[in-house]
Amino acid sequence: MALRQAWQKAGKVLNGGALVSPGSTFARALSTSSDPLTLEIPVPFKGHKVDPPSSTVETSAAELVDFFRTMFVMRRMEIAADSLYKSKFIRGFCHLYDGQEAVCVGMEAALNDKDCIITAYRDHCTHLGRGGTVLEVFAELMGRKDGCSLGKGGSMHMYNKKGGFYGGNGIVGAQTPLGAGLAFAQKYLKVDGVTLAMYGDGAANQGQLFEAMNISALWDLPVIYVCENNHYGMGTAEWRSAKSPEYYKRGDYVPGLKVDGMDCLAVKQAVKFAKEYSLKNGPMVLEMDTYRYHGHSMSDPGSTYRTRDEISGVRQERDPIERIRKLLLSHEFASVADLKAIEKEAKKEVEDALAKAKESPSPDAPELFSHIYRKSYGAEAYGADRKESTVKLP
Amino acid sequence: MVRRRFSFGLVSRLSSPIYGRSPCSGGIWTPCLGQKRSFMTAKDLVESEEPEKKVTNRINMFSAINQALHTVLDSDPKSYVFGEDVGFGGVFRCTTALRDKFGRHRVFNTPLCEQAIVGFGIGLASMGNRAIAEIQFADYIFPALDQIVNEAAKYRYRSGNLFNCGGLTVRAPYGAVGHGGHYHSQSPEAFFCHVPGIKVVIPRSPSQAKGLLLASIRDPNPVVFFEPKWLYRLAVEEVPVDDYTLPLSSAEVMRKGSDITLVGWGAQLAIMEEACDEVSKLGISCELIDLRTLIPWDKELVEDSVNKTGRLLVSHEAPVTGGFGAEIAASITNSCFLRLQAPVSRVCGLDTPFPLVFEPFYMPTKNKCLLSNQNNVILDIDCTRPILFGKRAPHAVL
Repeated sequence: MALRQAWQKAGKVLNGGALVSPGSTFARALSTSSDPLTLEIPVPFKGHKVDPPSSTVETSAAELVDFFRTMFVMRRMEIAADSLYKSKFIRGFCHLYDGQEAVCVGMEAALNDKDCIITAYRDHCTHLGRGGTVLEVFAELMGRKDGCSLGKGGSMHMYNKKGGFYGGNGIVGAQTPLGAGLAFAQKYLKVDGVTLAMYGDGAANQGQLFEAMNISALWDLPVIYVCENNHYGMGTAEWRSAKSPEYYKRGDYVPGLKVDGMDCLAVKQAVKFAKEYSLKNGPMVLEMDTYRYHGHSMSDPGSTYRTRDEISGVRQERDPIERIRKLLLSHEFASVADLKAIEKEAKKEVEDALAKAKESPSPDAPELFSHIYRKSYGAEAYGADRKESTVKLP
Repeated sequence: MVRRRFSFGLVSRLSSPIYGRSPCSGGIWTPCLGQKRSFMTAKDLVESEEPEKKVTNRINMFSAINQALHTVLDSDPKSYVFGEDVGFGGVFRCTTALRDKFGRHRVFNTPLCEQAIVGFGIGLASMGNRAIAEIQFADYIFPALDQIVNEAAKYRYRSGNLFNCGGLTVRAPYGAVGHGGHYHSQSPEAFFCHVPGIKVVIPRSPSQAKGLLLASIRDPNPVVFFEPKWLYRLAVEEVPVDDYTLPLSSAEVMRKGSDITLVGWGAQLAIMEEACDEVSKLGISCELIDLRTLIPWDKELVEDSVNKTGRLLVSHEAPVTGGFGAEIAASITNSCFLRLQAPVSRVCGLDTPFPLVFEPFYMPTKNKCLLSNQNNVILDIDCTRPILFGKRAPHAVL
């Protein structure tokens, strides 16, 4: 279920009335509404060459419920991907996003479909946020036809044209100059949207990032560089790979903001602020202080370079889903039973998508040669023995 | 020049249990869980010139490379190993225990910046040090391509021999691994073969890897050393424990034959060897050559072999168009034209990006080599139709 559609539907609900949760078949008696609600963000922002936005954020009960639901679906999806990988349905590489859900969910709350996102390889949940479905994600992971990239991209290459999601990139840091290019197009064509070029703390040391930042600052491009700092570049802690792990300051002349990336509302506030800034003035860097529970990828246990205590500590104290749960319960927007019902439904959604994805067939053999060039370009490729066989590219 | 032949042990290749489907043309990676395929290398062994028994250990390729690095760091105090994650042993365990033994000033991690890793290595090497840079996967070497092509390869030339970065060795795991996908399976050796000034070396087995790596590090020219990642664990062999080098720019005849010459390198040789075995049942005797150093390559040996057999087949994993097989084909056609009985065959990867689920279709499998081999041997000169040629009568008519 697309997050954006859900959000729009939730926003149209009558004040104070019962919310019909999109996709469900019965009205839920949650006391959710779209009455504005102001909350304080506990961890303050830190600004670099810019005054940080206020730590009071406007939200609503409906939005909070939606955050909860979407993050829960993402969490279940990543855990299901974990077991799929272990049972060898997914081969190759699989980089899981659980723990970092608040970043993409909070971002989506502040963006619309005129904005573009481009990210690195940890993209399953970002793809969902941009309008993808769980079925597409699972099918793509397993390399099946129903995948978002027709099964040809795999875990690291998920794209969504309608949602303005430019992937899904395997080479670390290579997506940042692309983000600058996307922003230039938006500015030139007066689209009134921004590009979010996302990267990690490992990629923050790549030269091309600084090249991209320089270009975007020079030409005042509406691009927001979002550094998802989960503190470990594969197995290397940030203090071991960067002289200055204050990634929001690394833009130097590009203003930056440090955000608690485990708090949806903080992320929403920061992205909203950055979008306004960027449309007028040019690039900005947002550093999301977040954490991933899994290792770098499925071949990394994730415990050789950090202690299990650290992982469970973050899970207990900073988990994004628990934070929203506590908010909902403490403000009495939902009861424990309501949330359990939402969880159950989310689990079912993920399981259904999984079952359907497993039935999806593999791409046909001619797909090996399709889309190398534009269709009917008239190019030829050679088979394994160049002398013997040639293939006319479709 | 006296060529030394080494005797080889058993190289075993486990078929990957990950494949769920077998490709239509079959191939080495069949879906039999845990099926062991083992074969002897160097079937027609040439007697070693040095009859004394060397003390050997039965180890795999990453251990052999590890031993080579230990040897270098031991023997030369001005040698350094660096790259992403090399400190704890590297993602393929090639640099295990180096940091504990030699300290973190000689074995150290770098941040994620390939261009800077190689550039830094060039600077270090130009002051007379042995800089051994590791690029985590060959697919990531492209940011460093500028440094290698424009700096490393040209340093000695443009400074009129005042400076050089001969102490630089760039190591990178390359090649398909069964599940690597677009960015963990590429074979970029052809890009580097186009650059005069550097050497490109590719080993095929653990004992070769140790000897060639030691030679590459000690060679007074910058070397790009590609290690076939599929063989890191799977190739197990008796490797001499002492410090030994194998000559660079010297190809090796793995098996002698008289009907067709096959040239390859790295992991592809195991496939070609299987194809040779199969085709020998049809009465075709193959001469298999491991090129070992791609540039500058041992043209003389390959020419001698083609002058003997009259046919050539080159095989590599990289895409066929513009792969290094093209250079070999053009060169041999030029020098052995009147001796060639059939055009040079190239059995290589397809002209597509390295695919994800389609990997079995992309790879130059044993059967593709077989087919091409047979075609080459029994083909008429004007290639119009296959006819039986010479005194051999293969059972399969194509």
